[in-house]
Amino acid sequence: MNSTRTRRALVAAAGVAALALPLAACSSGGGGGDGTTEITFLVPNSGTNVESAEAMIAAFEEENPDITVKVESQPAGTEGDNLMKTKLATGEMADVFWYNSGSLFQALNPDQNLVALDDQDWVGDMQDNMAAVVSTENGVYGAPFGATQAGAVVYNKKIYADLGLTVPTTWAEFAANNETIKAAGIAPVIQTYGDTWTSQLFILGDFGNVLAQDADWAEGYTSGDRKYVDEPALAGFANQQEGFEKGWWNEDFASALYDDGARMVATGEGAHYPILTGIVSTFQQNFPDDLENIGVFALPAANADDTKLTVWLPNGVYIPKTTEGDQLAAAKSFVAFINSPAGCDVQNTAMVPSGPYAISTCELPADVPGLLTDMQVYFDEDRTNPALEFLSPIKGPNLENITVEVGSGIRGADDAAALYDEDVKKQAQQLGLDGW
Amino acid sequence: MTALATPPATTPAAPPAKRARGRRGLSSSYPTWFYIPSAVLYIVLFAIPTFASFYFSLTRWSLFDIEFIGFENYAQFFTEPMLVQGFVNTFVYGFVTSALKVVLGLALALLLTGSILGRGYLRSTIFFPVLVSTVGIGITFKVLMDPFDGLINQTLAAVGITGPGWLTDPAWALLSVALVDVWKGVGIATLIFIAGLVAIPQEYFEAAKVDGASAWQRFRNITLPLVQPATATVILLSLIGGLRSFELIWAMTKGGPGFTSDVIASVIYKQYQAGFYGLSTAGNVVLFLVVTAIVVPIQYILNKRQVEQ
Repeated sequence: MNSTRTRRALVAAAGVAALALPLAACSSGGGGGDGTTEITFLVPNSGTNVESAEAMIAAFEEENPDITVKVESQPAGTEGDNLMKTKLATGEMADVFWYNSGSLFQALNPDQNLVALDDQDWVGDMQDNMAAVVSTENGVYGAPFGATQAGAVVYNKKIYADLGLTVPTTWAEFAANNETIKAAGIAPVIQTYGDTWTSQLFILGDFGNVLAQDADWAEGYTSGDRKYVDEPALAGFANQQEGFEKGWWNEDFASALYDDGARMVATGEGAHYPILTGIVSTFQQNFPDDLENIGVFALPAANADDTKLTVWLPNGVYIPKTTEGDQLAAAKSFVAFINSPAGCDVQNTAMVPSGPYAISTCELPADVPGLLTDMQVYFDEDRTNPALEFLSPIKGPNLENITVEVGSGIRGADDAAALYDEDVKKQAQQLGLDGW
Repeated sequence: MTALATPPATTPAAPPAKRARGRRGLSSSYPTWFYIPSAVLYIVLFAIPTFASFYFSLTRWSLFDIEFIGFENYAQFFTEPMLVQGFVNTFVYGFVTSALKVVLGLALALLLTGSILGRGYLRSTIFFPVLVSTVGIGITFKVLMDPFDGLINQTLAAVGITGPGWLTDPAWALLSVALVDVWKGVGIATLIFIAGLVAIPQEYFEAAKVDGASAWQRFRNITLPLVQPATATVILLSLIGGLRSFELIWAMTKGGPGFTSDVIASVIYKQYQAGFYGLSTAGNVVLFLVVTAIVVPIQYILNKRQVEQ
């Protein structure tokens, strides 16, 4: 009798202990032992982000030996968006995290979830465009990490030289160039629908031109007055349809990947690749010898005056409200370090700048690839406009699928624009915006 | 959990309660409180979420707030071309995979119950894909089906045929995924059919042979009717699985190109990814109702036939 009861008690105790162990492990790691503070840094797992983060951390830990930073990574893209929101809602976010600015940042509900950083020294150094996309009307919440980039047409200069072409400033010139290139047996425009997000550039990269034609377009769009079925915004969809119908795409456009696109434009298999200039890091890694043959120009509008470079502002680094005490102080000093002279050094060396910086404390080095000097011209001549996601919180989540349909000839431009307007409506209603 | 607190309270009162239950004629031999833990688990983990999802499908909610909007989510689900396409594709996918699995499964089962060399080995080979991870199969076939570098098209090119873009041509994408699904799932169908075939007494066949029936007549009049229970099972299982299928489609095309190979499950997932939780929940309710509406009548018909036998 006694032994059975003792046995049962032991089994029960073991059971409780087994249940308690994972719970104990769940509690977030806090300070290290001997006076060092440990913080976690969440990084989206795309491109060279993790390596860049680790380089920044190494430099930071050198200057701050009493703080250690650990990197956590998660998928990027729409899966990452979901994870971000879930982690913030459940209080499981790392001490400091790296995420998009602009509309995706707004979707995180910053006033509720993030620590305001208005009192930090570097806030005044940010360009107005940058400050606007990491703040709400209640405060500034993030610092830029990385450079700006443009959504534009990356092109092979050697093909242009061989065929005697000049950089087009109107769509008609672009089309004429493409016909010449096609006659020479080279794929005029590279499309890579294997990575669906790259199909959006005809629409997103055209926004700078749309804004040039209608300065209030972004506000009108947010309040529901401007639609993609109307000009000037319809031009993006119509252009993509034209590209498919005139046969400008590469043969394997439906299955090619981003890396294939980089290879094709670098080696001259294709002439133009509408993409984000962040691709310069892929070129530097895989095709360093071809880098001088690659340039970039803004996606042309119908008129030369309206042709502007559409610029993406860099991602930001934010601190969730769950970070407190020593970790909060450590996180704030890490955020401040990113754009300090030492931090800027890391950004210039460990990361490949994809454009000029959005904060005055960081400057491009003198020996940047030709791509970036091409971009700098647009900045110097004030021929840039921010991308739509930085002026409006709404972006329909299905744009990449819709543009794949347009580029593959499955759906016409008008139909697709109407469909996207419906998608945008869903997103606006979900965000609870007025007037929808 | 408050429910677990009640058992000690009822124990002293158990004898009179038991007698009361006995008078009421309950056939159960266990006291009621035996069922309470599993009942609680079932209610908390299954019943409450199901009814909660019925409620949430009538709202628009983010993780932070809820807004009741009635049937708007459902209206959107059935009018938007992107979502309607998924609805239609689901039926196509479900019925195509189910039909192919039944036909191929029965054919393979007939082959594998006959006397052929290496029967045991062949049975394992046919069944092997069922055990492999769906996502792994999806990724592998995606590489094989690449229109230019994939093995399938390269083999076809060697014979002089230009293979289509299996996963990039809107006309082929859904069917290609369906074929891969059949390749993966036919093992289970074969297994069930083998069990059904082996259960048919051999005397029927011998009697029929003596009477001079041809192989086809033997198949139609003896095998098919007597393998009915197995057929019913295969149809039901493959239909339910096919209508709900997600991993293979997601791994191979993610619903692409565009929306041409979307099914309800991938539509639901995309809406969820986009943060349209209300719409996604509405999609789930629609899927639940669709599967129930198709499977319950089929099950009834097939079981009725079985009983009549």
